[in-house]
Amino acid sequence: MGTILELQSVCKNFGGLMAVNNVSFKVEEGEIFGLIGPNGSGKTTIFNLINHFFPVSSGRIIFRGRDITNMKTHQICWLGIGRTFQVVKPLKRLTVLDNVIASAFLRHPDMEGARAKAEEVIEFCGLSKYANHLARSLPIGWRKRLEIARAIATEPKLLLLDETAAGLTPGELDQAIELIKKIRDSGVTIIIVEHIMKVIMSISDRIHAISYGQTIAEGTPEEVARNPKVIEAYLGEELNA
Amino acid sequence: MEIFLQTLVAGFLKGGLYALIGIGMTLIMGVMGIINLAHGQMMMVAMYITYVLFEFFHIDPYLALFVSMPALFLLGVIVQKYTLNPLMKVESLLPENQVLMTVGVAMVLTEVCRFIFSSNYRSVKTSYSDATWLVNIAGAEISISVALTIAFLIACVLTAAMFWFLLKTDLGRSIRAVAQDEEAAALMGVNPERMRTLTMGIGAALVGAAGTLLLPMYYLFPDIGGPFTRRAFIITILGGLGSTVGAIFGGVTLGLAEAFGATYIGMDFEEMVGLIIFLLVLLFLPGGFKRLTKV
Amino acid sequence: MLAERRIPLILLGILLVLPLVVTEPYYLHLLILVLMWVTIGTGWNILAGYTGQVSFGAAAFFGVGAYSAGLLAAKLGISAWWGFLVGAVACAIIAVPFGMITFPLRGAYFALGSLALGEIFRHIAIIWEDFTEGMVGIMVMQTFISKIPYYYIALALAVASIVSLELVMRSKLGYYFVSIREDQDAAASLGINTTKYKMISLVFHALMTGLAGALYMNYMGFIDPEVVFNLHDVSIMAILVAIVGGVGTIYGPLVGAFVMVAVQEVFRTAGFGLLDYINQQVGGSLTTFIKYVKDAHVLAFGILVVVVIMALPNGLVGDWDRIMGRLRKKRRA
Repeated sequence: MGTILELQSVCKNFGGLMAVNNVSFKVEEGEIFGLIGPNGSGKTTIFNLINHFFPVSSGRIIFRGRDITNMKTHQICWLGIGRTFQVVKPLKRLTVLDNVIASAFLRHPDMEGARAKAEEVIEFCGLSKYANHLARSLPIGWRKRLEIARAIATEPKLLLLDETAAGLTPGELDQAIELIKKIRDSGVTIIIVEHIMKVIMSISDRIHAISYGQTIAEGTPEEVARNPKVIEAYLGEELNA
Repeated sequence: MEIFLQTLVAGFLKGGLYALIGIGMTLIMGVMGIINLAHGQMMMVAMYITYVLFEFFHIDPYLALFVSMPALFLLGVIVQKYTLNPLMKVESLLPENQVLMTVGVAMVLTEVCRFIFSSNYRSVKTSYSDATWLVNIAGAEISISVALTIAFLIACVLTAAMFWFLLKTDLGRSIRAVAQDEEAAALMGVNPERMRTLTMGIGAALVGAAGTLLLPMYYLFPDIGGPFTRRAFIITILGGLGSTVGAIFGGVTLGLAEAFGATYIGMDFEEMVGLIIFLLVLLFLPGGFKRLTKV
Repeated sequence: MLAERRIPLILLGILLVLPLVVTEPYYLHLLILVLMWVTIGTGWNILAGYTGQVSFGAAAFFGVGAYSAGLLAAKLGISAWWGFLVGAVACAIIAVPFGMITFPLRGAYFALGSLALGEIFRHIAIIWEDFTEGMVGIMVMQTFISKIPYYYIALALAVASIVSLELVMRSKLGYYFVSIREDQDAAASLGINTTKYKMISLVFHALMTGLAGALYMNYMGFIDPEVVFNLHDVSIMAILVAIVGGVGTIYGPLVGAFVMVAVQEVFRTAGFGLLDYINQQVGGSLTTFIKYVKDAHVLAFGILVVVVIMALPNGLVGDWDRIMGRLRKKRRA
């Protein structure tokens, strides 16, 4: 079990606005690594940097020993990093099955293989009963599941989950947590960005907290929850809210 | 040297007029994100209105502004209200429907004018159409078109009025607010739909003014719209979306580029030069001049 | 599966034997035009309807295809039929710089960029007289006097383009195209090399459009830059054919091509002579009106565009169920 992902002094500057300021962390293989912080603190931006949606301003990103800082998004996926998005955008006019097949083609370029993989993933994510429904007819909770299924179908070693729990009912939340654990147990390392404390505190092995683009704490959930700087960052937000 | 200065002046003056075309369009694109492929055709409508006023009522084009601008404002409002605003609620495969809708509007406008006026070339010859005055610059004798100069001055006045409107009036500020952040503007009580309709009206009025002012210098025919739409885009992209100052820079740049292209390379190349500049700017300067000068 | 394709297959059957029944050259001509537009529309659909890249520059490839055929004949004395092969290769090659220039642009900017590029092609064709004969144009002797061989070639092209579209859409390519259309960024995150696949889509588009252009040269016998690199008559017409029929549907362009050519001819001939007939009956009082009608087909197109985009955004084929539903409601009421 070694380090699967490492961020080294990563910075992102948007024309004067330092969205990510000198963030460094290591993610160990097999763990669930949580990334928390108030709104606008730069969590999704970090994902976007790992994924190369935009280039870093400075710093390096190492995945399984390889420097991926300047690689293209699709190459990064091919190397083994999958990701979900906050605003889910499935292929609306296609069925759930077709949606997942589209992702499965990455590792299974033939139709047969892709279909088989897709069916396996759908089963794994509990989407079987919706397999032949149009993606747009799915309620939000299931759409989020589909989003995860699409990412898993690319057989990632590291999965970036972006706010998967937002908008779910308590029942759905529990199911989401179960699924995430199941994914980890199948050998996929997970980095999860989440607002909902219940989710992230209960499943993360370690947590990294950022505020205004900078690291303010890192440790186990208990350690981080007690950290005065973290409390201030969140409470401060609540007082102003 | 004389030719150079001649070209420079002519290009600059024309550029000032082009700026009017650009300001209208940059507002429309900046505020509404709508690509109006009917911009030049709206200008054509204004030109025909001006022509009619001149031919049948003997009204001087410069006075015709008082008719053509409000008429175009109305046209813009109608187009926006009845064809473009409703589109916001239609769900379809391709988000570019808006652009295509303006293509349809452009076709309708062109063909209706062709119906009424036929494809014949029309022109408006006023007493000063061909007049020029001779100016001595740096020892060279330059002849400048009177019509162009007056048009340029009026364009300056209109542009200044636009600036005042956008910066100093509530309505103008509301429009800018919608351009910057529609949701936030809505939350502050601005009605985005109304603003869009208003903006289209203003944009149309401005391009109508440009048409009226340019008529004495051009032959008028139904297909004149296309090249002007093209110019409008070049100017807008050059200047940066939503930037009125940029539109001025863009207009002048295009005016100069066309003038020099025509003089030194040849008439055939005039359009090509514009198109190539357009592509280059689209690709390399996504913010247009705005990006360079941070205006 | 073949049962689903009942209607198109029946249509194909009819089209195959049609020349035996319909011998009037005028109608054959119309059908050839329709079939040509089916090919062009399908080519546009692959790029825009399925991959989401709305191009306003289809004329660039139509012209390249046409000129490939024409120049071979006019300058090298080689039969213009080789233009199909040469045109296809030329279009595929030209698609690469075309794509490299325009693909960095997204959405409506891609539309504008492709429009500009298409127009640049037109200007080059006009200006580069030494190569293209400029506005003088190219004239080629038609190989056949009868329209029938051209009809079958046009039919073959149309069928080939539709069949290839079907095959592509059921393969990995099809899934990738749609993924790019729905959300380019998400597609990249799922490992799809969007640049590569957009380019493949563009090549399909270029090939189909170019082959139609080569056909046009061989069939019409005369081309010039204003005709084949034309923004309104080629690029925008291709878009209209696809929109009216249904973007993102396989048979949309087929329906669209029929409708657009039909509308054009109805107006150009004032109801295929019906109005002239009526005019005779009423002693000629409709003459000026008829003259207006005959010139109105572009106006009709414009109005059609506005109406279709507002009421039938997914085209006749795409919104078929909605249309049927509405009609049924009216019947019940």
